[in-house]
Amino acid sequence: MAQTIQMLTANRLKTGDVLYRHVSGWVLMLADGEVYLDAAAADAALAAAQAETVQNDFVAPYLFEVRESAGRIVPVKEREIIRAAGPTVHPHTGKQAGQYNA
Amino acid sequence: MLNPRQVEPNMYRYDEFDSKFVHERVTQFAGQVERRLTGELTEDQFKPLRLMNGLYLQLHAYMLRVAVPYGTLSSKQLRRLAHIARTYDKNFGHFTTRQNIQYNWIKLVDVPAILRELAEVEMHAIQTSGNCIRNVTADQFAGAAADEIEDPRPLAEIIRQWSSLHPEFLFLPRKFKIAVGGSPNDRAALLYHDMAVEIVRNKEGRTGYKVLVGGGMGRTPYIAQVIGEFVEKDDILAFMEAVMRVYNEQGRRDNIYKARIKILTNALGIEEMRRQVNIEFAEIKKVGTLQLPQAELDRITAYFAVPAFETGLSDAMPDAGPDFANWVRTNITAHKAPGYAIATITLKTPGQVPGDATSEQMDIIADLMDEFSVGEVRVTHEQNLVLPHVRNKDLPAIFAKLKELDFASPNAGLITDIIACPGLDYCDLANARSIPIAQKIALKFEDLDRQHKIGELKIKISGCINACGHHHAGHIGILGVDKKGVEFYQLLLGGSGAEDASIGDIMGPGFTEHEIAGAVERVVEVYLAQRNDGERFLDTYRRIGMEKFKAAAYETVAA
Ligand code: HEM
Ligand code: SF4
Repeated sequence: MAQTIQMLTANRLKTGDVLYRHVSGWVLMLADGEVYLDAAAADAALAAAQAETVQNDFVAPYLFEVRESAGRIVPVKEREIIRAAGPTVHPHTGKQAGQYNA
Repeated sequence: MLNPRQVEPNMYRYDEFDSKFVHERVTQFAGQVERRLTGELTEDQFKPLRLMNGLYLQLHAYMLRVAVPYGTLSSKQLRRLAHIARTYDKNFGHFTTRQNIQYNWIKLVDVPAILRELAEVEMHAIQTSGNCIRNVTADQFAGAAADEIEDPRPLAEIIRQWSSLHPEFLFLPRKFKIAVGGSPNDRAALLYHDMAVEIVRNKEGRTGYKVLVGGGMGRTPYIAQVIGEFVEKDDILAFMEAVMRVYNEQGRRDNIYKARIKILTNALGIEEMRRQVNIEFAEIKKVGTLQLPQAELDRITAYFAVPAFETGLSDAMPDAGPDFANWVRTNITAHKAPGYAIATITLKTPGQVPGDATSEQMDIIADLMDEFSVGEVRVTHEQNLVLPHVRNKDLPAIFAKLKELDFASPNAGLITDIIACPGLDYCDLANARSIPIAQKIALKFEDLDRQHKIGELKIKISGCINACGHHHAGHIGILGVDKKGVEFYQLLLGGSGAEDASIGDIMGPGFTEHEIAGAVERVVEVYLAQRNDGERFLDTYRRIGMEKFKAAAYETVAA
């Protein structure tokens, strides 16, 4: 059975923007985020982020499952697909349109 | 282009106290945001504070829910809402089933400025979230409908004032929703509210209030039951307070799913509930401080004075072509003044996101309000807008302008006039998307002749069991569920949110995103084949039951 692979996400406190963990910081696009290939790496990243919430830069960090599809990393659940892209009903808004509050 | 001269409609205006209170709340929240950003407040401390000011964190950003008390807006307020969408959001807003407006792309750092801009036009986002008495809703045709006994808005305003600051009601076991109606035709989904007041006339011809309690949607839907058959006007606050006391003392705080008054009402039984309420009511009456003097009722009622309608107007509808005639057929409702009409603007042209309006659309509707409807518009729980007081002779000009806005679809109450919650496109709690399903179904039934042939049919879609899209109350209800991260849709048939309220029956296993619109179409075909003369979809369902509909719905799915 394939390993569960995960990414870490949160929202920027000031703007609400969706963030993805990259090394010890955050990026705006899922494609630029870090992928944790095993549970230990994922849990360590989450623990580090949780400890950093006192910096008041981001809120509500959590892990979510991703998988590889045609050479790209995509979320397993529809919810995270939409969160990464923006609303499916307004394609001119959200990250899919290059917009973020930043 | 119309020439906007801002008209001030007859509606409640803040007094000094209201204005001071709302501005103080803005200042207070601005301080809280500041303290959150510097870290003086943790997220756990801040979250309940932001929710008290209508601010949620959703999938893509913060969402701000702005209260539209009992659905009434002035043109000045609508222009301000348009301005906020343009300046702080992505140029559009979403009108909701609770007659509010939501902005989906708000930055926390902008919220104090937005609330300040709202306060300037006597608006706010208080009581749109949290375990308090929420923004009171009302019949959208209040003060205009031909079938109305009395305008429900003065009472709605009195309830708002009584409930806003009431110390006992700030920390209820759970949120509490009140609706008020003034006509025997229920357009405010009264029977699905925690508490509802219907203005009624007794045998002697006197008006008073029928009070209902214990309705609700969510995971355990209930239809409200009558707790006070005829409450005298001056007793209404004492009576409502008695209901709140019984609830506040006994409502379950240990389990959020059981904390609503609907659960208490059904656990006690309506007889026992009535007995307890009457004891409290007698106590409160003895003290006497909650009696509502006629003078106070008159004072508030005066704010909502009937506009000076022109007299001597003809009741005849102008002849302006077949498209216009179609629109009149569905989107015009009888007005109490001769020669006047109520015009519903459906924000539901097939393919549109139900309830969304852009800043430009809002601005032009504000112009129409000033030009033709004494500066007033209403937001409906069906996610439409209403021009409440327009002269029949102005309707063709209004229709022409709405056509330019793509808001002239002649579909009010028809199968494409669908309610849909934000669903998984925006909502953090969602299991599945609602809006694209609404769009697909609306496009499938776009043909106007077909829509008119089908007649009144209300489809209501929620993206999860919380039921913000009223799926329990849809003639056809659709509920989004999650199966291992994939969206599925359950069908419900036979619900109603009107005076003949009923809870829809679940048909069976869910359909995929690709199957659901087809299943709805097959259900509608069964209705067309089975209906008797004059029967709406709902009537046919009530007569023949689920079986035939179910067989058809699953037909090709199984194949
Ligand atoms: C997008 C953010 C939203 C969130 C987080 C949210 C949350 C909830 C929750 C948790 C409930 C269930 C409450 C209970 O049963 O105790 C609920 C019910 C409800 N919400 Fe929402 N909602 C949202 C949007 C909306 C919108 C956009 C509307 C109007 C279209 C709406 C109108 C309602 C209504 C009518 C109910 C059911 C009535 C009842 O409380 O029984 N909500 N909501
Ligand atoms: S019904 Fe569910 S998905 Fe829809 S808005 Fe309410 S909480 Fe969100």
